[in-house]
Amino acid sequence: MSGAIVEIVRTKGEETETVGRAAYEHPLPVRLCHWVNTIALFVMVGSGLQIFRAFPSFGAKIPQKDLLNWPKSFAIGGWLGGALQWHLTFMWIYIATGLIYLVYQLFSGNYRQVLFTHRDIPGVWPMVKHYFFFGPKPEVREPYNPLQKHAYTTVIGLGVLSVLTGLAVWKPVQFSWLAWLMGGFHWARLWHFLVMWAMLAFVLGHLVMVLLHGWNNFVSMLTGWKKDPEY
Amino acid sequence: MEPKNDKPDATESKVGDSKVVEPRAEEPTPGGPASREAQIVDAKIDRPKIVQPRIDRPTINERKFAKVSRRELLKVAPLLALGAFAIPRFQESLLKKGLGFSDWASALLFRRSHLAPTFADAQVTPFEKFPINGYDVDDPGVIFENWSLTVSGAVQKPGDYKLAQIQALPRIRQNTRHVCVEGWDVIGRFGGARLSDFLNMIGADTSARFLTVTCADDYYESLDMATALHPQTLLCYEMYDQPLTREHGAPLRLSVPTKIGYKQAKYLTDLKVTNVLEKAGYWEDQGYSSFYGL
Repeated sequence: MSGAIVEIVRTKGEETETVGRAAYEHPLPVRLCHWVNTIALFVMVGSGLQIFRAFPSFGAKIPQKDLLNWPKSFAIGGWLGGALQWHLTFMWIYIATGLIYLVYQLFSGNYRQVLFTHRDIPGVWPMVKHYFFFGPKPEVREPYNPLQKHAYTTVIGLGVLSVLTGLAVWKPVQFSWLAWLMGGFHWARLWHFLVMWAMLAFVLGHLVMVLLHGWNNFVSMLTGWKKDPEY
Repeated sequence: MEPKNDKPDATESKVGDSKVVEPRAEEPTPGGPASREAQIVDAKIDRPKIVQPRIDRPTINERKFAKVSRRELLKVAPLLALGAFAIPRFQESLLKKGLGFSDWASALLFRRSHLAPTFADAQVTPFEKFPINGYDVDDPGVIFENWSLTVSGAVQKPGDYKLAQIQALPRIRQNTRHVCVEGWDVIGRFGGARLSDFLNMIGADTSARFLTVTCADDYYESLDMATALHPQTLLCYEMYDQPLTREHGAPLRLSVPTKIGYKQAKYLTDLKVTNVLEKAGYWEDQGYSSFYGL
């Protein structure tokens, strides 16, 4: 069970002294999926932006108005064909880590640590007040606070959407119903693009929070163990 | 942690203090009115600053913890294997394998009975706005009177076929979407003979795996047999109910609504049924997907 506290002790002769606490927060499958998916997401975004450069617009080809001339230096693949190779390779890694993660969370019960549910709703406003500097810090009783759970649950949803919108763009015939659900091929392409920006917004916030919460927090996603947790 | 477990320290808390749950705020003062029980506990454990709630927690030795942490860190090390993609020597073949896997999965996803969406006439992009895409010239200068489609390979009746013979087959007209690999698309009106009807006419061995075409502008392409037999796959000789114009591939082109744009080869001159794919196609040989089904 993750989240259970263990005391770290130092033994000097017969004396035993508690020098810290730790909690095992992230089981190995979660850590592996987190990092492999991080790399996959990076490649998907980079190659996706290179693919976008081939037709940096939405809707009809003529008249084409370039929406955004994305710089080549922030893209992966070098040319459209190369970017497609990266995109169509790493999408399998991206999908695989996503599926392994979801299946693991579901069957291990570890999802309870992350999933935002109705029980987390009362804690949302106090946490918002605290984050925006006009409220006291709510008591920490578990690895993730309600806003963290909300962010992580949302980004998993965005991950699923990124795959579904991608399928609709890649296979608008075999998955014509998906493209239809999204409002047609043009919309599917636009949704795919917007979901990417939403995920990048999460990544930015995530990185800021990791920086603010310090080294122990970062290390916990590598070793699984969070030293001196707040709860 | 629930405060009810913090027996010893809880006894020290002032009555009425709302922060009872945080016993760490209450340092026992020497000689103070601390309970006997608490004194015993305090004597046993030399607490520095942080006072922990006294409940039975599993403990781990400091050194053991460092060891466990290191071992757990090593367990995530396999993800460094992804670094192989950054090594130029491996990169190309890894990406080729990835693309190959995508093509394999695409072929599995393909269902011959699943039709590409068709559109009402009102949704069709006006002919003037249908983009003209070629890899070389818009008009390779085909002399229509001399033109014929040369058929070879695994067929019973190889030879040269005139346009009239293809036009004698049932004519299909359909409004379908042409999707370019670049990301744009256009809905056009295409007319022609079903490729499957033509394959039937030439006595093609439909258990062969591929069908390849070459073009007057030296472009070349290939289709898997399942796609070639798809009911919407056309040997297209008209667009917008008019004979093909030169820049759209006159006199004969492919119209395959289940495939990406670069598979819709124009100015066809040769067609071959084969089990061996020497070259998948002009763009495929540059590194694009060989199957690229939509």
